[in-house]
Amino acid sequence: MSVVAAEVWKWAVHDVSFELPPGSVTALVGANGSGKSTLLNVLAGHLPPESGHTSIAGRVAYVPQHKPMYKNFNVADVLQFGRRMNNVWDNERADEWLARFKVPRKLPIEDLSGGQRTHVTLALALGSRPDVLMLDEPLSELDPLARRKVMRELLTEVSDNGMTLIFSTHVVAEIGGVADRLLLLAGGRLLLDGDTDELLEEHVLYTGPRDSESPVEGPVVLAKHGKTQSQYLVRSGGTQIAEPWTARYVTLEELVVAHLERAA
Amino acid sequence: MVEFHVDRGSGLPAYLQLGQQVREALRLGWLQPGDRLPTVRDVVATSGVNANTVLKAYRELELAGLVEARQGSGTFVKASPGSAAPEDFDPLRATLAVWVTEARSAGLEDEDIYALLREVLSGGAQ
Repeated sequence: MSVVAAEVWKWAVHDVSFELPPGSVTALVGANGSGKSTLLNVLAGHLPPESGHTSIAGRVAYVPQHKPMYKNFNVADVLQFGRRMNNVWDNERADEWLARFKVPRKLPIEDLSGGQRTHVTLALALGSRPDVLMLDEPLSELDPLARRKVMRELLTEVSDNGMTLIFSTHVVAEIGGVADRLLLLAGGRLLLDGDTDELLEEHVLYTGPRDSESPVEGPVVLAKHGKTQSQYLVRSGGTQIAEPWTARYVTLEELVVAHLERAA
Repeated sequence: MVEFHVDRGSGLPAYLQLGQQVREALRLGWLQPGDRLPTVRDVVATSGVNANTVLKAYRELELAGLVEARQGSGTFVKASPGSAAPEDFDPLRATLAVWVTEARSAGLEDEDIYALLREVLSGGAQ
């Protein structure tokens, strides 16, 4: 069963297909220009795909990266706007989000900091009680402390309301334990689509004497050779290895970088 | 009570990290049989870990026979991992502390000590 299903061709995005289960938290990762925003725009229905299809079950809320809002509205006006523009509107939920992050209601949007604007757009999105919430680089304007807090609160919303969350990010180090699914895009193609934990358990880095062959069976993601040593990142699924080779699991960041290097 | 945290610089999947933290709390006696683990929502709200990850960790602990889920009331500690009781740890800890002091005065660094321990545990190089 999936709540989001897509098969998308659009501009640089080539045949990107995936399905997301309800209640999942997906990180969409990729370099600048890899097609993340295009993909989200197509999913949100803001851009028609050139071919393929998308289907999303339920209400969708989408917060684009530039967080568009009327500059001379004040914060209270934005909530009023949300109430009038949405058939389903949960004012309490939007209001609570603003209170949690201490956003002043009377200030016009143009006088808010980037972080405060982020909170207003998130409040607006949550107020519409979405089944699927899509966020393009939601944390980019927040300081490290606020990033953690916003993620924590978003995950609480996901768990309380059974929402499905998709967010794009560059900061791979922040998605461990946060995202249970990873979509990795490069040059408009999907390099990885999987369960974050399973990906981590599959990928093992082997280090040993220089050798032109991998010491284990399984698909080699990346091989690097120094003067005396070789390193193989292999989707082998286990760390059993005979001496003199050593094996260790890699971090999500190492895993993503290896796949991007391989694709480059 | 356990306070969960995820080390994002670790290659260990987050759900296994949470499981490890429960096992450690059990070994050290911070969690006792009959204690209730924090609810999934509490872990999400305090640690910023995905609810699915917490559920997966609790399921793994349940399969290992360490906790049990009681319908509607939460997840409870059933048994301690390993056969040793927490009070048996104290004399062993004391012996180890003496050994570590000896090792340090012999010039061993922490890294050397970990390496030795790993070697002995894996049964290598007698």
